Formats: sequence, structure tokens, C-alpha cells
Amino acid sequence: MQTRNTILFTLLAILCLALFAVDMMVGSVGITASDVWAALTGNNCDPIKAKIIIDIRLIKALMAILSGAALSVSGLQMQTLFRNPLAGPYVLGVSSGASLGVAIFILGAPLLGIAGSGMLSTLGIAGAAWIGAAAILTAVAAVSRRIKDIMVILILGMMIGSAVSAIVQIMQYMSNEESLKSFVVWTMGSLGDVTTSQLRLVAPAIAAGLIIAIAVIKPMNLLLLGEPYARTMGLNIARTRGLILLSTTLLAGTITAFCGPIGFIGLAMPHLSRMLLRDADHRKLMPAAALIGAVSMLMCDILSKIFTLPINTITALLGIPIVIWVVVKNKNIA
Amino acid sequence: MIKLNNISLGYTGRTLINSLTAHIESGNLTALVGRNGTGKSTLLRAIAGLGEIASGEILLNNKPLATMQPAELATTISFVTTDKVRIANLRCRDVVALGRAPYTNWIGRMQESDRLIVEQSLAAVGMSSYADKTMDRMSDGECQRIMIARALAQQTPIILLDEPTAFLDMPNRYELCDLLRHLAHDEGKCILFSTHELDIAISLCDAIALISPPQLHLLPTEEMVSSGYIEKLFAGSNTESHFNIENYLKLGQK
Repeated sequence: MQTRNTILFTLLAILCLALFAVDMMVGSVGITASDVWAALTGNNCDPIKAKIIIDIRLIKALMAILSGAALSVSGLQMQTLFRNPLAGPYVLGVSSGASLGVAIFILGAPLLGIAGSGMLSTLGIAGAAWIGAAAILTAVAAVSRRIKDIMVILILGMMIGSAVSAIVQIMQYMSNEESLKSFVVWTMGSLGDVTTSQLRLVAPAIAAGLIIAIAVIKPMNLLLLGEPYARTMGLNIARTRGLILLSTTLLAGTITAFCGPIGFIGLAMPHLSRMLLRDADHRKLMPAAALIGAVSMLMCDILSKIFTLPINTITALLGIPIVIWVVVKNKNIA
Repeated sequence: MIKLNNISLGYTGRTLINSLTAHIESGNLTALVGRNGTGKSTLLRAIAGLGEIASGEILLNNKPLATMQPAELATTISFVTTDKVRIANLRCRDVVALGRAPYTNWIGRMQESDRLIVEQSLAAVGMSSYADKTMDRMSDGECQRIMIARALAQQTPIILLDEPTAFLDMPNRYELCDLLRHLAHDEGKCILFSTHELDIAISLCDAIALISPPQLHLLPTEEMVSSGYIEKLFAGSNTESHFNIENYLKLGQK
């Protein structure tokens, strides 16, 4: 068992590195592996190619890894916390909350004449998404404290999601063409719009979310048996719940803010990790989910570049079969 | 030792137990009996710190439950609930290992001594050969025994069990209660379990706590048998209106 896991993790890490390299080579301009290497190591290389690699593709590939790991880990946390295989940042309304925040910022700011650029708009989008995601999560968590039935929570998350899309549609209807277009493009999801300065905000936020996620690995293992058992084994439920929700706000909220609502990675990849590892221990599941999330997002990014399609459509087409497989085959997944 | 000081239990508008004072001794196996809906689970949950009590005070090993932190509570009392844990990919050994959670570090690293305790706990409930099976591929009774092994691994002076015999067949019921009895007598643990098996309660337990709302009678088994409370418990029942404890016990012996 131990050797099987070692082999799996090694293969995943190699796959992740290989896809990272391929992701740098694929694009509207084909760049050879040796040019990529030269640009990254600072050796002499065509300055235009070097600029493409460093300023665009490197950031995009890094964003693919960050977003894949973040969404997948966040999905794993939601599935364990809510003890539901169909929970995820998207389903529980976290992405909707973040979307609402961003919609208010992108569509609303020009109306108020405070459309900024650069760091101000970066912070504005991130802040709006965090506030939106945290608000929805707090509401869902507050209800879940009173209502123990997990189905109610899921339905609530879906209803909040629908309400948010309705509000966003009203805002779209009322806003001008230019901000509408930038918002519609945002909803399609994109890894490519992230700039170096945005990455300076995204990377620490994701790192903080992942550190909290690692800190709650043991509580998540206890939560597998349900809250009553977890409590009698010494778990501080309120604190754990708060940390998990904070972690998910940072992970899913930040990614939604800068890449748009990316669906199905958070829902499907934790299941793929369980299938591959055949284990429920979060000490193994969490790193696996992060790696598989990163691999899948790199793969989606490569495909989206080859077919020039929005990344959101690729993640859906990749994730939905896995989710259907989960629903049909396994009825008892944590 | 569990001390209940003048406690009252109930939902809003419905009192289950009224001003109960009782001492449940260490080294004893105590059965909690009573008809459906009389508050057996509610009482157990309250003692485990999972539910509220309307008034009064619960003391665990002479310490007020209300003042205990989750970590301290976890090393004092363990609880086997009726919740079903049927999770794919979750191995029995890992479930029992979770019982060591109050003693392991932040990431749950198991020491050699922890692993030994897990294996001993699995062996105690006769589930060693099932250690590598996953929880979704086991019968209800097997799952129940794994959850009991998990409580044993928690190594607490007090163990509560909510209907631990419910899914077991007759030989397994006796075997399990015999195990609980040995744990109570040999290791001085205070074990309280709710059950509908009167024959087991009478033949294996040291004391019986009988809920006849809104009161609870706690007596040594022999005194309980001769007290007439058990007959009274079933007096209102249509099906067993002529309940006779002598006949019931004879039935059990056959």
C-alpha cells in the first residue's frame, strides 16, 4: 500500500512538471522546449519569445497550478465538512458569492465613476470576491448550525446561487456595453488575464488558504465520522468550522475573483483522488487532491489553448463525466 | 464515575426526566433501560456533553462537565452512538485509530504505542481480521463493533454506548456485553449502555437504570429484579399487559 502511494505521488508530480513544460510551449506561437528553458534560465533567447514565456505563459501556467490545487482542496474541505459527495465551492454558493462581489465591482464601479486600474482594481476585485464568498459561507454555515439536515444546506446553497445569478442578470441588463463585455468574458473563466502584480496578491492568498487547510487535516479526519463522534473525540467544532470556511473563502474566493467561476474542478477532483488512493485519510487525500487539481487545470489550459475555447467549458466537459460516474457508481462516498 | 445532581431533561414543553440524582459507579456495568421515547439517548447524549440539560449538574470523575474543555472531555468519556458510519475507502483500522485522536499531535501521527492500542482494541472486539476492510463493505453488526473498538482505543475511564447490541445476533450480544462487563470489572471503567435486551441486562449487568418517566430508578440488578419496577414498566403496554419477569427470564434461559 505504501509503495503504491509513493508510486502514485511520484507519477503525479512528474505529470505535473511535464504538463507545466508543455503548457509553456503550447499557444498561438509554438515555442520549442529549448527556447522555454533558455528563457526561464535567462540564457540568450529571442527577446519576443522570452517576453511571451516570462510575462504571459509562465504566469498562466502558475495560475493553472494555483487554481487547480486551490479549487480541488476547497472542494475536498466542503465535501468532508458537509458530509456530502456533491458539495463543492460552486455548489454551496461560494463561487456565486464571489461572482456577486465581482459583478458589483466590475458592473457597478463604472456607474459610480471609480473604475480604477492596476493595483486598485486588483485589490477591489479580490476584496469584493472575498467579501461575497465569506458572506455566503457565513450565511450557509449559520443556517447549518441550526438545521442539521445536510440536504437543506445544499438546497440553500443552490438557491443562493440562483438568486445571485438573477441579481447579476439584472445588473447586466442595466449596465453599459463595455463593462458588460468585460464581465461576460470574466464569467467564462480565464487564467490568462492575470498579471504579474495580481499574482503577487493571488499566490500569498492561496498559500495562506492551503496552510490553514493543512492545519485542519486531523479535524477533517475526525469529521469523517460525523459531528457527534468528532466532538466526543475532542474536536472543537466551532473553531474547525470557522477555519475550514476561512480557508475555502481564501482558496475559492481568490481564484473566482481572478479567473472567473471555474466549475467542476472542486467537485470532481477530490473524487478522483479518492478513487486513485482508495483511502479516506486527509493526510494523503489533501496532497493528492492538490496535485490532481493542478494536473487537471494544466491539462484544461493546454486544451483551451489548442482549441481556443474558454477554460470553463473544458473543465465542465472534463469534470461532468467524473461527477456522473460518482453519482451512479458510489453512493457511500464521504 | 458519573454523578447526576438533580438534573432535568426534556425538549421544550415535554419533560423526560425530572430532578434526577444518581451515581453511576466505576467498575460497574450499568444498563439503561426504558421504553421508546423515554429519553435514554437524550440522557446519554447529555452525559457525553453533546446535549443540553434543562437544569442540574453532571459530574464526570468529580469534575463538572460544563467546565471541561473538549480535549479533556475526550480523555474522560467515549461514546458509541447509533450513527451509521458507512464511508467508502475508510478502513476499519483507520476508524479505530481515530480513537487515539485525543493523544496524537496536530496531524495525528501515531506512535508505536498508539498502534499497539489500536490492534489490542480490534482484537478485543474480535475484529482483527477485518482491520483492512473498508467501512462500506461491512454488516451493521461489524460496523458497530468497529465503533466500539474505536471507543476502547480512546482509553477513557467512562464509556457510554447507545444500543450497542441493536444490530447483533444473540451470541454476539452476549459476547459484547460480556466484553463490556470484563472491561468494567478488570479495568475499573464506568460503563453505561442503553438497551432493550432485559435478559442481558439482568444476567450480565451490575446495576440497572430504569427510566419510567419522569423518574429514573438506579438499583443493583438483584434489587431491581425484586423491586417490581420492571413489571410496572410494561404494565401499560397492550402487548405485554401480563408481563411476568419470572416467565421472561425462563424464556431467556431456553
